[in-house]
Amino acid sequence: MSIKVFVPQDSAAVSIGANEVAAAILEEAKNRSINISIIRNGTRGALWLEVLVEVQTAAGRIAYGPVTENDVKALFDADFLAGGAHQLALGKTEEIQWFAKQDRVTYARVGIIDPLSLSEYEAHGGLAGLRKAILKSGAQIVAEVTESGLRGRGGAGFPAGIKWRTVLQTASDQKYVCCNADEGDSGTFADRILIEADPFTLIEGMVIAGIAVGATKGFIYLRSEYPTAIVILNKAIVIARDAGILGKSVLGSSFEFDLQIREGAGSYVCGEETAMLESIEGKRGVIRAKPPLPAIEGLFGKPTIINNVLTLASIPAILSGGAPAYAARGVGKSLGTQVFQLAGNIARGGIVELGFGVTLNSLINDFGGGTRSGLPIYAVQIGGPLGAYFNSSLFGVSMDYESLITAGGMLGHGGIVLFDKSVNLAVQAKFAMEFCALESCGKCTPCRLGSTRGAETIEKIISGIDVAGNKKLLLDLCEVMTDGSLCAMGGLTPLPVKSAMDNFPQDFEGTKKDTKEEGKESVR
Amino acid sequence: MKFPAWSQEAARSILLPLQNEPGPVLMALQAISKHFGYVHPDAVAIVASEFNVSRADVHGVLTFYHDFRTTPAPKNCIKICVAEACQAVGSRELVIAAQKEFGIVIDQMSLDTEIQSAYCFGNCALGPATMVNGALIGKTDIAKLVQAIK
Repeated sequence: MSIKVFVPQDSAAVSIGANEVAAAILEEAKNRSINISIIRNGTRGALWLEVLVEVQTAAGRIAYGPVTENDVKALFDADFLAGGAHQLALGKTEEIQWFAKQDRVTYARVGIIDPLSLSEYEAHGGLAGLRKAILKSGAQIVAEVTESGLRGRGGAGFPAGIKWRTVLQTASDQKYVCCNADEGDSGTFADRILIEADPFTLIEGMVIAGIAVGATKGFIYLRSEYPTAIVILNKAIVIARDAGILGKSVLGSSFEFDLQIREGAGSYVCGEETAMLESIEGKRGVIRAKPPLPAIEGLFGKPTIINNVLTLASIPAILSGGAPAYAARGVGKSLGTQVFQLAGNIARGGIVELGFGVTLNSLINDFGGGTRSGLPIYAVQIGGPLGAYFNSSLFGVSMDYESLITAGGMLGHGGIVLFDKSVNLAVQAKFAMEFCALESCGKCTPCRLGSTRGAETIEKIISGIDVAGNKKLLLDLCEVMTDGSLCAMGGLTPLPVKSAMDNFPQDFEGTKKDTKEEGKESVR
Repeated sequence: MKFPAWSQEAARSILLPLQNEPGPVLMALQAISKHFGYVHPDAVAIVASEFNVSRADVHGVLTFYHDFRTTPAPKNCIKICVAEACQAVGSRELVIAAQKEFGIVIDQMSLDTEIQSAYCFGNCALGPATMVNGALIGKTDIAKLVQAIK
C-alpha cells in the first residue's frame, strides 16, 4: 500500500510553491523507489505554515511546515514518511495548538479531506444534514435554521431563518437560491478556502436551502479573481449531479434542485446582494432599491434566498448536529461560530473558527502572533474596506455583531487586517474614499460624487491645507454619504474614514507627510 | 499570454452554447473576453443581435465591469493587489519598485507588459499578492516578479 502524503492545492499554498513541493516529493519518492500517493487537499487554514505537508501514519497525520521544495530531500532523509524527526516537524496536525484551540464547525472538513472525494466527504459527516432535511417539511427546516440563531455571514448579520421563512411563505411558480461568493473584501478569504477545500458542504447547504423553501434552481456568484475555486466547484457540481445530490430527484426524494456558477467580472459592488442579482441577470451591477426585498422579488423577479458562502456552508452542520448544539456556541444574539480571517501584516495568518465572543486581542495576539514585521500592532481593520480601523485601546472588544457595533465598528465578513506603525491612517482613509469612487455603481449621488470629493478633502488634510475646516467638511460629507446612499458601498465608506479620524487623530494633524507613496522611509 | 485573433465567425460560434441561458449578456462578453483576451468593439453588435438586446445595453455591461478591455491583451500582465491587507505588507512600495523595474506606469495599456492594480485575490495572509499571467504569487517581491515574466 502506498503512503498518503497531503500537499494542499489551495490557491494561497500554491502561490508560495505547493505545486513545486508536490512535484519534488513525487520525484524524490520515485528516485528512492518509494510508493507514495499525493493527495491535493485544501489548506487547513494555517497559512503561516504553508506549504504544510502531512503524512498519514499509523499514529495519525503528522505535519511538516512550512516546507519549500529545497527541504524535500532532507525530509526524505529524516524519514518523514514514517513521521521522522526534522526541524520542520510539527507533530500530529490536530495537536498543533493553533488548530487544537479552534472550534471547527463550518470548517470541520476543510483541509482534512480530498476536496473532490464524495466518499471521504460522507465518511467525515457529509450529507448527514441533507438526509435529515429530505425527511422534514420546509417549515421544519426553516424552524431549525431559525432556532440555530444563524445570521448572515456576508456582513449584514440578518437572521437566516427569517429570510428563509419569507421565501417559503411567498407563493411563486419559481424560486431561487443564490450564493454570494463575491468575496471582494480585502482581508477575507474564508469563502475561497471553503470552496477550494470542501465544496460539497456549500452544495449540500444550497440543496437544503432549496428544499426548505421550494426552490429548484441555485446560482453561485463566484468572483473571477478566484479561478481555482471556479474550477474545483464546477467539478464538484458535476460529481454531485452524477451522484444524485443534484438533479430531478435529490438523493432519490421528490425534491428537485440544480446549481450553476455565474462568474463575476471584477466589480466589488456586485457583492451587494441586489447588484449581484443584476449581475447574475447579465446586466450592469447597479444596485436595486429595497423594498421589494429579494426574498419576495429577487432573481428574475422571483422569490430568492441570498446567503453568503459561510452561511450556506453552516447549514449542513446545523441540520446534522441539531440547532441547539449550534446555538450553544457564541454569545448574546451572535450564536454559533465565526470563521475569522487573520490577514495583512500578521505573523500567523489564516483561518480561525471559534464561537462568537472571543476577544480581538486573543485573535490577533494569541493566534496571530502580532505583526509579521515584528513591530507593535498600530491599527486593525475589521470587516473589509467598509470596516472600522481600531487602535489598541479597542483590542479587548468581544468579537460578536453587537459588541463590534457598540465599539464603533462592524464584523462584516470576519476579516481582520493588521498594520504596524508604518501605516498612515489618513492615507488609509483617503484610500477608502478612492476605492468607493472606483467601485461605486453610480446610482446614488453621495456615493458616486461624495467619494471623489472625500478623497480630495482628505488629500488637503494630509497636505496641511485648512486642516480644521476640511476635517469639519469631511465629517459633514460622511454624514451625507451615510444617510443618502441606498447600499453599504456609499453608506459604510464613512466608517473606515471616521473611525480612522476618531481613533488616530494624530494622523490627521496635517503635519505628517505621506512619505510612503513616494517610496521613502516613513518619518514616524 | 497568447490569444487567437479576433474573428466574427469565431465569436458567433462561442455564443451558440449560451442561447438558452437566462440573462446571457455578461456571460457572452466573458466568453468572448476569455477566448480573444479582450472584447473587440465589433462584438457589441454581435452580442446584441444574438441575444436580442440593444447595443446600448451591451455597451453598458461592457463598460461597467473592470475585467473587460477593448484593446488586445498584453504579452505579460502583472496584477498587483493594492487593497488594504496587501498595503499593510508593502504593496504600495512593490508598485513603485515594479514601475521602476519594468519602466512602465501602472494601469496604462500596452501590448507588451502591463502592470494593473487589482483589489484582492483572497491571499491576504500571504501578501503582497500578485497575479502574473494568471498565476497567483504570494509574498511577492520584485525578484519574484522578474522571475515570473521570464
